Formats: sequence, structure tokens, C-alpha cells
Amino acid sequence: MSIATDHPTYNYKVVRQFAIMTVVWGIVGMGVGVLIAAQLVWPALNFDLPWLSYGRIRPLHTNAVIFAFGGCALFATSYYVVQRTCQARLISDGLAAFTFWGWQLVIVAAAITLPLGLTSAKEYAELEWPIDILITLVWVTYAVVFIGTIMKRKTKHIYVANWFYMAFILVIAVLHVVNSAALPVSPFKSYSAYAGTIDAMIQWWYGHNAVGFFLTAGFLGMMYYFVPKQANRPVYSYRLSIVHFWALIATYMWAGGHHLHYSALPDWTQSLGMVMSLILLAPSWGGMINGMMTLSGAWHKLRTDPILRFLVVSLSFYGMSTFEGPMMSIKTVNALSHNTDWTVGHVHSGALGWVAMISIGAVYHMIPKLFGKADMYSTKLINVHFWLATVGTVLYIVSMWVNGILQGLMWRAVNEDGTLTYSFVEALEASHPGYFVRFIGGLIFLSGMFFMAYNVWQTVRSGSSVAKAEPEPAAQTA
Amino acid sequence: MSAFWSAWVTVITLAVIFGCTWLLFATRRSQPHQELTEETVGHSFDGIEELDNPMPKWWFQMFVATVIFGLGYLLLYPGLGNFAGLLGWTSTKQWQEEMAYAEENYAPIFAQYASLSIDELQLSENAAGLRIGQRLYANNCSLCHGTAGTGAYGFPNLTNNDWLYGGDETAIKHSITQGRMGAMPGWLPVLGEEGIRDMTHYVLKLSGREHDAGSADRAEPQYQALCAACHMPDGTGMYALGAPNLTNDIWLYGGEFGQIAHTLRVGRSGVMPSFRHLLTDDQIHLITAYVTSLSRD
Repeated sequence: MSIATDHPTYNYKVVRQFAIMTVVWGIVGMGVGVLIAAQLVWPALNFDLPWLSYGRIRPLHTNAVIFAFGGCALFATSYYVVQRTCQARLISDGLAAFTFWGWQLVIVAAAITLPLGLTSAKEYAELEWPIDILITLVWVTYAVVFIGTIMKRKTKHIYVANWFYMAFILVIAVLHVVNSAALPVSPFKSYSAYAGTIDAMIQWWYGHNAVGFFLTAGFLGMMYYFVPKQANRPVYSYRLSIVHFWALIATYMWAGGHHLHYSALPDWTQSLGMVMSLILLAPSWGGMINGMMTLSGAWHKLRTDPILRFLVVSLSFYGMSTFEGPMMSIKTVNALSHNTDWTVGHVHSGALGWVAMISIGAVYHMIPKLFGKADMYSTKLINVHFWLATVGTVLYIVSMWVNGILQGLMWRAVNEDGTLTYSFVEALEASHPGYFVRFIGGLIFLSGMFFMAYNVWQTVRSGSSVAKAEPEPAAQTA
Repeated sequence: MSAFWSAWVTVITLAVIFGCTWLLFATRRSQPHQELTEETVGHSFDGIEELDNPMPKWWFQMFVATVIFGLGYLLLYPGLGNFAGLLGWTSTKQWQEEMAYAEENYAPIFAQYASLSIDELQLSENAAGLRIGQRLYANNCSLCHGTAGTGAYGFPNLTNNDWLYGGDETAIKHSITQGRMGAMPGWLPVLGEEGIRDMTHYVLKLSGREHDAGSADRAEPQYQALCAACHMPDGTGMYALGAPNLTNDIWLYGGEFGQIAHTLRVGRSGVMPSFRHLLTDDQIHLITAYVTSLSRD
């Protein structure tokens, strides 16, 4: 029985590195988010410095939380899950290490270039072409390590979590390469390979699938391992997982058009974007059902286990935002919600409620095991973190709902002579209280991350070694 | 789109929808259990097993319902390649209908003020007309010129009776209908840094502000040679070219020494867009009345 942090079979080093960086980049990314939220309440907070202006650090926030925080969480958990469910060590420690250091380099490069105003101006793909090439190299290596490990698995089947991780890795590679195709004119400037409406469609084909495959499929992979593992219950339905997996990846690909409703995009493309988004509802909910129902027979554990609580609440937010998404893709609803804060709230019910909460739960699950400890340093602090995260998310979403509907209604209100009742600035003024509540919500969520950092730090450094050491991988039964 | 691409879109779309539906029904048909079960499918991954539970019925029904809705929508609306949909709906047509509705319902409201002169519209008995002008202004003009018409850096103040292109009815209507392009060339290549400094002092002198007399005197011949053609020999500007009056201490791009020097150095260009495709003549008439009222009080 090993109490050393070096697992005899698995490469835990790279998992530990990514897990720790998940916490670090979480704080950085959410910290920048709180700053820009504050700037919307008190515009003077950009201090008249170009590097701190909203337009430059908003992409820094989105890149940091999606690709740095979310990305590290996906790398950490996918490497952890693929080794444990395949009973196989990663095929190459060197390549795995390259993905870690390469990904960190990408993040640092983003943190430098975005505040300097170097951007390709494509949402969620702002990084300029040299960084895009580095991302491609890291990503291809990631695919090689992950799929290579699956190929030399000792189990007969491939676990459902790994299907989702594989779909996420393969599709993100395709999306990144196609959307980032550009003609470089200098080391820091390039022009998109596409023009006009086609550029917009490629951008949102990428943008929505970044949500679908990075923030949904990848994290569903996480869910399929950590929920049953933490609840110690079998997955609810294997058949449901097959149907919802294939339906999810087949229909998500089409949904991007709903970002361009009522634009120059041809009518047929808009219709397909809406129809596929609606059909996407059931496949999305398949994952929620499979996670939630896995807990049947284990609901009492929620009373004592805040990690499980993180996982379950994340599924609730997942279910809510994947219902909200198809509704917002209906053109009539979209006419009200488009360009309002409702969209921002919708994204954050996914980003805070689903992505961040499930990542946080997964990291709390992994940290003791990765560092050879019995448990996290303090269960109480996990509980504190849970409540801060939940309250923060709710404040955020509710304030953006209120703002979004308010803006949508004010923008479309007309007088009897057909003129608009409100000028833009009046709707902006009316949104000010909502911006303040959003800032408070974000601040509360961020404060929880500091509890997490402290808890992780104390767990890692504590001398107390394993009380109940991990059993060796059990003999394969299937 | 060509027949090939139309077929391409249609075939792939239907293949995805029917493929998912086939998978749903095939999986449902092969389910060994119709009720909840504790039986697993026999896999175990790191201790995780998978139950052989059926897909929830309500979920299955919801899936089928969205597919039916989707297919129905694609039958009624454009979506499958070149197939226009049974309703014949297009976004262009919808837009035209909404425009026709607006024309029919709102145009008479504006038309009832068309016969009143700008002066008559200032009278209190026509306050309703002026209010409509104000709303049209708020919708179309306030983004640049400010809610109160006081302008902003680079955007003229409409309340102070200082006009770049003239403030009578014809001039204002021309500005709104056709738009304006103001261009001040940069003079650094001609004047040099020292010449720019001297000219800045001359411009300060024109508006009666504190300046260095020696510098201003040195710049005067240059002013008469280079600047007077637009800004006039006495600096009072010219409506025809939109050249600002330099004698009244009202500054579009700031009146600080450095700001004036910058204007002289690199020039300025201002654009007022044309609104002839966005507003009707009757609406422009009401906006003109409102804009006129801003500087009359």
C-alpha cells in the first residue's frame, strides 16, 4: 500500500499540476471578472489606463475563466479519469508535461497580449496567430496523450466519461483550426480568412460549440466520473448515456446560427440554428438526468457531504441553463433577449453554476487522493465555499434576468407616434442597480475561491498522511 | 444557393434529425427493463458501474415532441436548402410588412405638422408636435449630440447658436437629410513645429484669449495665406465649408493650447451621417423644429 504521492501506476504529477493551477487561474479569472463588473458600476475604475479598459480586459476575463480555469480543470480531470477508468498510465509523461507547460505558456501569453490590445477580435478566440499555433500544438499533443491512453486501456469498454472527453478534444481541435484560420501580416496582427456574414457564421459556429464541447461535453465527462464516484452509486442508465451522447454531439454542431438571429445570415441558416437548438434540449437534459438519478438511494449523503452538494447543484444549474438556452434560441424570445444582459446571465448560470461548481467539486474530490491525504483539510470550509458559490451565482443570474428583461422591454417600447419611448442611456441608467447586484454576486463567488485556495494549501502541506490509503486498482470485472 | 448545395444542406439536416430519432427508438426498443432496476450492464470502471435502467418516459416524449416541432417548423419556414416553406415567410417580407404598418399608422401623425412652419411649431399650441420632434431627436440624434443637445467632444453643441453649416431651416434640413463631411487638413508638413506653435497663438488671439503677441504676429501672414480661405480673413468661419468660427471661443475639439495645436498639426475630420433613408421628410421637419427650439430660449 503506497502512501507516497507518486502513484505506482498512474501519472499523478501532471494531474496535480493542473489541479493546483485550476484554483490559481480560477482566482485570477474571476478576479478580473469582478473588476470589469465593478467598472460597469463605477466606470472610473479603469483609471484611464488603456491596459485596464473594459474592452481589453473583458476578453482577458473570458479567456482566463474558460481556457485557463476551465481548461486546467478539464486537463486535470481528464488525465485523472482516463488513467483510472482505463487502468492505464498516460502513454507519455513527457508529452503530458508538454501539455501542462505549453498550456500555461498560452495562458501567460494571453494575459500579456490582451491587455496590450493585441487581438484578432473574434470572441472567445481573440488570441493572435502565434499563440493560436501554440494552442494547436498543445491540443494535438493532448489528443495523442488522451486517445493513446485509451487505446492501451486494460478494460474492454471505454467508459462514458471518456467518450465525452474524446468528443470535446477532437471537436475543439477542429473548431480552433477552422475558426482561427487567418492571414498574418506581422507577428502580432492577422486578418481572418473569412469575410462578412461567412466570418460571423464561422465565428458563432466556433463560439457556440466552444460552449457545447468545451463547456458542456468536457464537463459532462467530468460529471460522469465524479458524481457516481463521490456518491458511490452506479450510473443511472447506460442506455440513456448512449442516446444523449450521440444526439448531443450531432445537434450541438448546428446551433451556432441562433447567435445571429435577425441578422444578415440567410433565413434558412437561422431556422436551422433555432430548430437544432430546440432538439438539443432533450440530449442536454439526458446528462442532467443521468447525474441526478445516480443519486437516488444516496440523497441522504447531501446532508453531510458538501462536495456532493457542489456536484448536484452544478447539475441543477446545468439543467436550468440548458432549458433556458433552447428557449432563448426561439426567434420570438430572442427578439427580446438578444444583446441584453439576459444573455450574460444565461452564460454565467452555465459558467458559475455548472462549469465552476462541478470543477470545484471535482478538485475537492481529487486533491486528497492526488497528494496522498485522507480528506480535505476542512470539510467545514468546503461547506462555506459551497454557500458562497451558490449565493453568488443566484445573485448574479437574478440580477441579469431582471436587467435583461428590463432592457429588452425598454428598447422595444414605442410611443403612439412610433418613436422609441426610451433612449439607450435611459435603459442603461435603469440597469445600474442590477450591475451593482451582479458585482456583489461575483465578489461573493470569488471570495469562496479564496477559501478553496486556503483549504487546498492546508491539505497539500499538512503532514498528516493517509489514514485510509487508496486501494490498488481493483481487478477488472468487465 | 445551387441545387447541389441545397440538396447537401437538406440531406445532412434530415440525416441528423432522423439519425438521432432512429437511435432513440432503437435504443428504447431494445431495453430489457421497462421499470427501474438495480441490474447493471456489467461494466465496471474504477469501481463505477452502470445500471440498465430504461430511458425516462417523459424524457423520451419530450425528445419526440421537439423533433416533431422541428420538422413542422422546417415544413412551414425556410430551412431545408432552397425549400421556401409552406408559409412563404421571409425576414425581408416581415420587415416590409412592419414598415408598411408603421407607414400607415404613424405617417399621418407626422403629416399633420408638415404644413406648419418651423416658427409656428415653436408656439405653445403646437407643443405636441415639438414633443414628437424631441422623441425623434432622442431616438436618432442624442447618441452623438447628447440628450439635451449640448453635444460632446467632436460633436457640435446644438443649443448655443453657433452653427458650422448654418442654423436656418434650409441648412439644418440639409445637414440631417444629406449629412455633412467636415475636413480640416493637417498643417505640420507646411508649417513645421515652430509654425504650429505660432499659429496656435494666432488662433488664441482671434478669440481674444491670452497669447504671445510676437508669435501671433509671425503667424498672421501664414494665416491669411493658408487658413483664411476657409476660416475667412477675420476668423469668423464659413457655413459653405463648415469651417468653424474661431473668434467666439467655442471649440469642437477643445480649446486648450495643446488641443488647438493638435488640430493644426494633424487636422480633423467630422462626419454627420445622412438620415434620408431612415427618416421621412415630415419627421425631419419636426426634428428641425425641435433643434431650432434648442437655441431659441
